[in-house]
Formats: sequence, C-alpha cells, structure tokens
Amino acid sequence: MSQPHRLAAGGHVDRTRRVSFTFDGRRYEGHPGDTLASALLANGVRLVGRSFKYHRPRGIFSAGVEEPNALVELRDGARREPNTRATVVELFDGLAATSQNRRGSLAFDWMAVNGLLAPWLGAGFYYKTFMWPAAYWERVYEPLIRKAAGLGRASGLPDPDRYEAAHAHCDVLVVGAGAAGLAAARAAGATGARVILAEQDALPGGDLLNEPGLEPWRTEALAALAAMPEVTIMPRTTVFGFYDQGVLGAVERVADHLPEPPPHTPRQRSWTIRAREVVLATGAHERLIAFPGNDRPGVMLAGAARSYARRFGVRAGENVALFATHDGAYDAAFALAEAGARIAAIIDPRPDSPAMQRAREAGFAVRAGSVVSATVGGTALRGIELRAAGGSGRGDAVAADLLMISGGWNPAVHLASMSGAALAWDEGLQAFVPGPPAQRERSAGACRGVHGIGAAAADGAAAGRAAAIAAGFAAAPDIALPDAPAPDHRPHPLWEVRGRGKAFVDIQDDVTADDIRLAHREGFSHIEHAKRYTTHAMGTDQGKTGGIVGAAVLAEARGEPLAKVGLPRFRPYTSPIAWGAMAGEGVGAHFQPTRRTSLHAVHEAAGAVWMDAGIWKRPAYYPKREDADAWASVLREARAVRERVGICDVSTLGKIAVEGPDAAIFLDRVYANTFSTLPVGRARYGLMLREDGIVFDDGTTSRIGPDRFFVTTTTAQAGPVMQHLEFHLASVWPELDVSLASITDQWAGIAIAGPKAREVIAGVVSGLDLSNEAFPFMAVADCMAAGVPARLFRISFSGELAYEIAMPAGYAAHVWQAAMAAGAPHGIEPYGMEALGLLRIEKGHVAGSELNGQTTAQDLGLGRMLKKKGDFIGRVLAQRPGLTDPSRPRLVGLRSLDPRRQIRAGCHLLLPGGDGSSQGWITSATQSVVDPGWIGLGLLRDGEARIGSEMLAANPLMGEEVPVKVISPHMHDPENLRVRA
Amino acid sequence: MLRIPCPHCGPRDEAEFSYRGDATVTRPGPEDGIEAFHGYLYERRNPRGWQVEWWQHGAGCRAFLKVLRHTVTHEIRAVATATEALEVPEA
Repeated sequence: MSQPHRLAAGGHVDRTRRVSFTFDGRRYEGHPGDTLASALLANGVRLVGRSFKYHRPRGIFSAGVEEPNALVELRDGARREPNTRATVVELFDGLAATSQNRRGSLAFDWMAVNGLLAPWLGAGFYYKTFMWPAAYWERVYEPLIRKAAGLGRASGLPDPDRYEAAHAHCDVLVVGAGAAGLAAARAAGATGARVILAEQDALPGGDLLNEPGLEPWRTEALAALAAMPEVTIMPRTTVFGFYDQGVLGAVERVADHLPEPPPHTPRQRSWTIRAREVVLATGAHERLIAFPGNDRPGVMLAGAARSYARRFGVRAGENVALFATHDGAYDAAFALAEAGARIAAIIDPRPDSPAMQRAREAGFAVRAGSVVSATVGGTALRGIELRAAGGSGRGDAVAADLLMISGGWNPAVHLASMSGAALAWDEGLQAFVPGPPAQRERSAGACRGVHGIGAAAADGAAAGRAAAIAAGFAAAPDIALPDAPAPDHRPHPLWEVRGRGKAFVDIQDDVTADDIRLAHREGFSHIEHAKRYTTHAMGTDQGKTGGIVGAAVLAEARGEPLAKVGLPRFRPYTSPIAWGAMAGEGVGAHFQPTRRTSLHAVHEAAGAVWMDAGIWKRPAYYPKREDADAWASVLREARAVRERVGICDVSTLGKIAVEGPDAAIFLDRVYANTFSTLPVGRARYGLMLREDGIVFDDGTTSRIGPDRFFVTTTTAQAGPVMQHLEFHLASVWPELDVSLASITDQWAGIAIAGPKAREVIAGVVSGLDLSNEAFPFMAVADCMAAGVPARLFRISFSGELAYEIAMPAGYAAHVWQAAMAAGAPHGIEPYGMEALGLLRIEKGHVAGSELNGQTTAQDLGLGRMLKKKGDFIGRVLAQRPGLTDPSRPRLVGLRSLDPRRQIRAGCHLLLPGGDGSSQGWITSATQSVVDPGWIGLGLLRDGEARIGSEMLAANPLMGEEVPVKVISPHMHDPENLRVRA
Repeated sequence: MLRIPCPHCGPRDEAEFSYRGDATVTRPGPEDGIEAFHGYLYERRNPRGWQVEWWQHGAGCRAFLKVLRHTVTHEIRAVATATEALEVPEA
C-alpha cells in the first residue's frame, strides 16, 4: 500500500522494511522507526480524534509527549489501553489502534452537536447545571456526564502483563538524551562517575534527530557512552517525578514497542532512582498560539512538522503556511520546502527579522505584521484567514492544508519545579525557567532556555562536568562539541488573536481563552483556581503546549504581568504512567503477604474452609459430609466443645517475651491491671488501654519466672502492641531494665477445651500433676508434650475446662496429632474460628468487634479491672467526663425472642414503639448451642438498667425488625464453675 | 522517599521506618492531671521548619530514633537514639 506523503529518503525510518497496522479497522503501512502518528500522516490520515467536550474534529498536533489531540485506544482485548498518544506510540507489525470519544464514525460524530450548544457549555457548566436536586447525581447526571465526556475505554479485563519495580543508584542522573543530555552524560562519564542517562524516546538524540548534518556527532557520542562501563543509557524511560533527597521516579517501557511482551519479560518497569547529582536536560515544548479555529486538523506545531519531515521522512502537508512569532520557527518552513511542500505563506506579527529576510530570499511569501485570524475547513484544514496584527474583522484568505504554528518555546521545567526550585521569568524568551536549585540538581540546555544544539551541548557538558565534580570526581578533559548556529527563539509576545470562534488555550480539555476570562469574571482569578474552574492544563498533556498561554490570557484579564500570575504548580507525573507500573509485582496474591500457621497443612488435610484474619489464613470450620450447611458444621464443632472436647489452632495470637529485672514494673504501667503481684507459674487476663483511655488490647499474660513474662495479644493487634511496648520502653521509661522480643512465629499454640480436656491433656503431657489442686485454673508450667518441650496453660476462651499447649512452632503438627489420638476415645473434634466466636459470645468474652477502638473498660463491663493505685497508660485520660459518662453504651447480651429469627451484627437497637432513634447496636451475633436460638453481644445505652427488657434489633437495609431481650452478656456458666472444674 | 541514617544500621530507605510524630513532648507525671495529659497526647506545634520526631526502624533494629527533619525541605540533618538530645537549629 502506498504512503503518499512519505519522502523518498532521509530520517530515521527503515524504508527497507514495512510494518502493517490498522486504524479504525483500516489497514495501513509504515516503517520501523515510525510512530503511529508519523505513519498515519504518511498515509494522509489527518483526522484522528474528537475533542473532549465539543467533539470537534482533531488531528495530530505535535510529535511528542505534549500531544493534546491524537489520543487513541491501542491494542485489543485485555491489552486494550485508552488515551495512548499516537505521537509516542512506536509502530509495530499488527498494531491496532482505534479513535476515541466519538459516537458513530470519526468523520460524522453526532455528539458534535455539543459544538452548537457551546454557549451553554463554557467553563463551570457542570458545576452550575448539575447541582440540583442532589439525588439526581448518582442516577442521572453522573451516568450522563460519564457517557458524554471521558475519553477512551478501559478493557475491563485483568491486565495480562507483568510489571516490575526496580531501584537504581548513580552519581549523576541525566534526564533527557538530546544534545545537552548526551554532552552532560559524556562529560560526567569521562570523570569515571556512575551515570544513568534516561531518555523517554526510543531513539536518543532529541532535536539532533532533526539535523542530518549533526548525525556524526550523535553517533559518535552514543558510541563513546556505550564504551564507558559506568554509563547506563536507558531509552524508552520517562522520568516522571523528582522527589525528596535526590530520589526520582521513572518508568521504562520494556516491551510497549512489541505486540506483546516476550516470555519472562515485564511490559514496563518502574524505577526508583537515587542520584547524588541530577542534570535535567529535558528540553522544551513548543507553544501554541490561541486564535479562532486553532484546533482544526491540519494545524500543527511548527517543530512537529519539521520533525515529521526530517526525522520521519513524512510531509505533513502539501501547501503549507507558517504562523510564528520568532525566528527559531522558520527552519520548519525550510524543512517542509526541502521535503517538497509549497510554502503558501509565512505569517508573523513582527515587522521584520533576519529569518524573514532569509525566507523572502528563498522565495516564500512573508506576511510581516500579520496574524492568523481564522481557519477554514471541515474535518481538514483548507485555508486560513489573515489580517494585520492588532486589527480586527476578517482578512485575506490563503489556501493551505497545513498551518504550522509557533508562539515560542516552553522550557520543560517540570522536574526542576518538583525538586523545589522556584521558577524565574525570562523576559527575552517570554518563558519561565528554573530558578536556583533547592536540591542537588542543575538544568542544562533548552529546559533552562539555552537554545540551539551547539549552545545546548556546551551547556550540557558544563553541567555534566560540574555534577560529576560535585559528586566527588576529578575533572576530565573536555569533550568534542557539535558546531551549530543558535536559532533565535525570543518571541514577540503574542498569545492570542481575538475573533469569532473558539480560540483554544488547552486543546485537549476544550478550554478557550474566553473560558479563562469567564473564570476571572466569576472570581476564579488565581491561576490555581482558574485551572480547576476551567480544567485548563488538567489533561493528559498537562498543558505542555498551552498552559502558559492560558496564564497569559488570565494575566491580561487581571491587568497584571504574566510573571506575577505564574503557572500552576507542577506535580508528578510529567507524562501519563500506567497504573500497572506503579503496582509493580504487588498485585493478586502478591498484593500483601499471606501468613500461615505451622499447622496449616494439618488443617488442610482436615478439609478446613479458610477465612482471612488480617493476613493470616485460619480455619473457619471443618465441614463433614453429613453437615447440611456451614452452620451445621459450626454448631457441631461448638457442641463438641461444650459436651466433650475440641481442639483449636491459636498460633496466630501475638506473643511477646517481656524479660528483665523491671519487667513487672513495666507491665504494671502498660496494663490497666496489676502484674507485679502475679505469682510465678500463674497467668492473668490483662487489659491494655491507649493513652487516651480507650481499650487497646487484651490477652493472657503469664509469669514464667521472677523476671520473665509471656505476654499474649489478640491476632489483629500483635504488631501494634509490640510497637506500643517498644515506644514506651524506649522513650517514656528508658530507665527500666527490660527487654522485649516478639516470639509470635517461634511458638505455636493449641487450645484443647471441653469437659474431657483434662483426659486428653493427660494423654499428651508428661511431667505435670494435672489435678485441679496441683494445676488449677490460670496455672502455667513447662512440661513435655508428646515427647517435645512445651508449656502448658490452663486458660479458657470458650468458658469450658480448657488448656493451651505452647510449643516450638516446628513441633506443632506432631503435638496436634498426638492430641487428636489421645482425644479420639473422647470424641475430640477440631473447631475453627466460627465455633470459637460462637463459644466466646455465649461466654460473654469481648473480641475485636467490641474492642473496636471506641470502647472504654467501663463500656465493656471491665471497669473494675482498672487498678486504683499507680500510673498506667490511659489512666488519666480515661477519667475524662465523656468517657466516664454512665449513659455510654454498655456491653449487654441479647437473645432473639423467636429462636428462629436471626439477628445480625450491625443491627441497631430500638425501643419498641419508640421514635426509632438508635439506643445501641449489636456487635457480634451467633446461634447458641447451650440454649438454641440467636444470641448476640451489643453496646446499649443504659445497658445494665435495661437487662430484662425488650428491644427491637433493626436492620433497615434488609427490612428486618427482630424483637430481642436484653440479657447479661455472661450467658453461659456465669459463676465460672466449668472453667474451674 | 527519604533516606534516614540509622545510628545502628546505617543509611536506610524510609520504607523501613514508621513515623510516630513529635519527639519533644514528654509524658507528664501520674499526678499531673487531665490537662497535662491532653497536651501530651493532642497538642502539637506543627512547625514550618525543623522538627525533632520519632521514627521507628521497624524493618531494621526496631529502635525508636529521634530524627531532626525540616518539614518544608524534608532535609534530615541529624539522627539520635531515644535517650540522646537533639538540638533544633534556629532556622
């Protein structure tokens, strides 16, 4: 297939090979080295998208990351990616791209009717129109807006590709491999410094790629860099952010230029780069001019048209006009003329200049003192209208199919600004350049306003050398620099040509100069406010071409200099970055670690159904074939504990060794109750408060020796409790001689509970007298269990006679199996988290649902545990009136009056016949095995006084109101006879 | 991402640490009353400039460290152990 606009020779495309691709289903051909945009232009495709708000036809506007218009969906199926910029998408064989944001065909988009509604769709339209009624937002406005606006479509499927995160360290990071960056890397590399040269393009060179005469210098520079062992060149790598202490973020597009990543290769790699010194050589983005119709397909940045001609060998137009405000842009006209295009007119508001004279000598029609006041055409440019600068009304018409524009250059100061450097106004360039550095960075070349390849390379070499010396390296001999004249990029400050029609300052977001003035009239006159009110510079291009133009329009409206108005703050990311790269490997099963107890395989063999407890995997229950449903399993397991004996893995509980001469004093201060009086060989339930008086955690702590305690925490708070203890020991009571060690992973725990527990323990444990007198409730002792060293605790969470065996984690499966064998004659059954929860609710023990970070000891009926004497964390602030208010919700038990009617955690408790105001809520609910029916724990206002009364458990979401009776939370064995049996 | 020079482990990435706020507040004595504890727990200077703050090297030595950090530039100028004093510069 032909490429009618491809030049016969020149540029960095490989004409010996053809690459086939489709756009909107039509097949085209390009060459390796093309971007999607250059290949489309080679094939004469001018219309590539519809605009965001007005659905205006749009074409390719730039040749790089600053592209506002040519956003396409790339690839198909799960790999479909919206909003990719055709100007940076490297062409590969089989590439499939689709235009976005259209209804119907691209050429006839019925949403373009929005263009007719434009007078009502100005800035702030959404804020003003879709305000009322509020209920319409979710059901009407938002779906409508989402359908009408928005750009591409996400695939909606899981991303099939893999991403990596990586770290790099270097002495000098050079960002950008144009003339300045190449010279900087060479100069720094020559000193022996470790250098990383990151370039977003596939091909290093920047503007050198548009200068065939300087190709030998580029090639030689790259060869020299490749020969330096300490220099790493990273092409296709976008440095997107400059953070604190010399940290920069980058994304390397490892496989985006291929149809799909090869095996064992990530699609992209996100880099965290730590650099001693940074050289920013990020270049500049060409600036648009706001004039009516400046968004029509066929209007293109002058430098882009030049780049398509010189780098890609593509003639972007046949009959070309140039509208420029500075001499630097004129090379585009010469480049297009060399490419065989006719130069129809050069329009320049200035009276005269050296470039104008050269253009006249070349035979171009130069219209000095003129501006473009309109564009003519439908979905493609057919002509322009000119008039005298400063004039008004309509002017002469000139036929043209390509209008190249340039209002000057915007130094790419994004990274310098993010590093903390203030921006300074350069009157000559009419641009902001980086001010003094706040970090160890320096800008070089066009990104600080030094234009021209020769000057930029010299600037880069100086910066690279200075950076290496600052990083501690000795100066090296000078490097060879390219010899090239410096173009004059100082523009005549023309920002806008006013006239009939829309003059865009932000082409991607459909923001016009009028929108900026409207924002000012309505009080959004600060640049940050105007930005948000109009969405100016908020698109994927972040206003790289027109951001400053909008600021200039605002400055004029405010009657203040542009230097004072400034630009909105630059933030990461400088260019759009795929979320996948940010997530790296942290997706799916790798999103967070999984913790398994040492008994995991035992539970798996027993057929456990798993549940997540934080990041732990714990058995929920162990279904048996005869169980009708999950509840049948849970009730069966709980009944085994109440009637015979059960066995449960409690290894996830946090365990902390607290040891040292002052261990008892320390525990007295961190627990609300006393531990210094605890005898060796005994355990005690402990309650910890936060310093604000709210309950923090609970658990059983044992005294193993005079100076040795074994603290247990809840599963969820194991980490926070450890930190809490460490903090207070280090910072509040450093004088205490105590050491702390987390031993959660080292010790496994097995609970054996039920009336037959002693018989089972007797079959496992040796070396202890297990009689009630010798080893009573709350006794602790070291022992042997199934022949391995272990520690036995007589503690109970279920409310039955119960023991916990703790043993080194590696022995847990062995001891579990011994206990199962010893328990077999007694009908032992393993029980999971669900039965554990059932049993503790029946017993009235609080757990995470009650220790919810809002409850006090009094709220939970544990107020008497707080010691009267001595300091402890939370003691003082627990006395605040709001926390001691007797009407605070108190822990109560609840029972559904109809045993078949379920009550649920989260139900609110209402007075029957009351006004519907909530008196409290249910924190935990279950079915009971001791007295079948639904029971729960809850927090109820005036709870104690209401014991015996009836309430309604209301669940408006499910339309339920269940009558319940308020009872004591201690529903099972309130005298604690069973645990002491 | 900050790099914090741990006195025990050497310079380490911020990801290994967790932040615990102002290290200049001192826990009042047990008889100092609710107001004093309220100040200790809730009232902070929130300076624009240098601040001494607690960072725990959780993925390293687990020590709570005093870190002198500038709240605007994020420069870290000094790190001390919990019992050492850190002087706060004027500006």
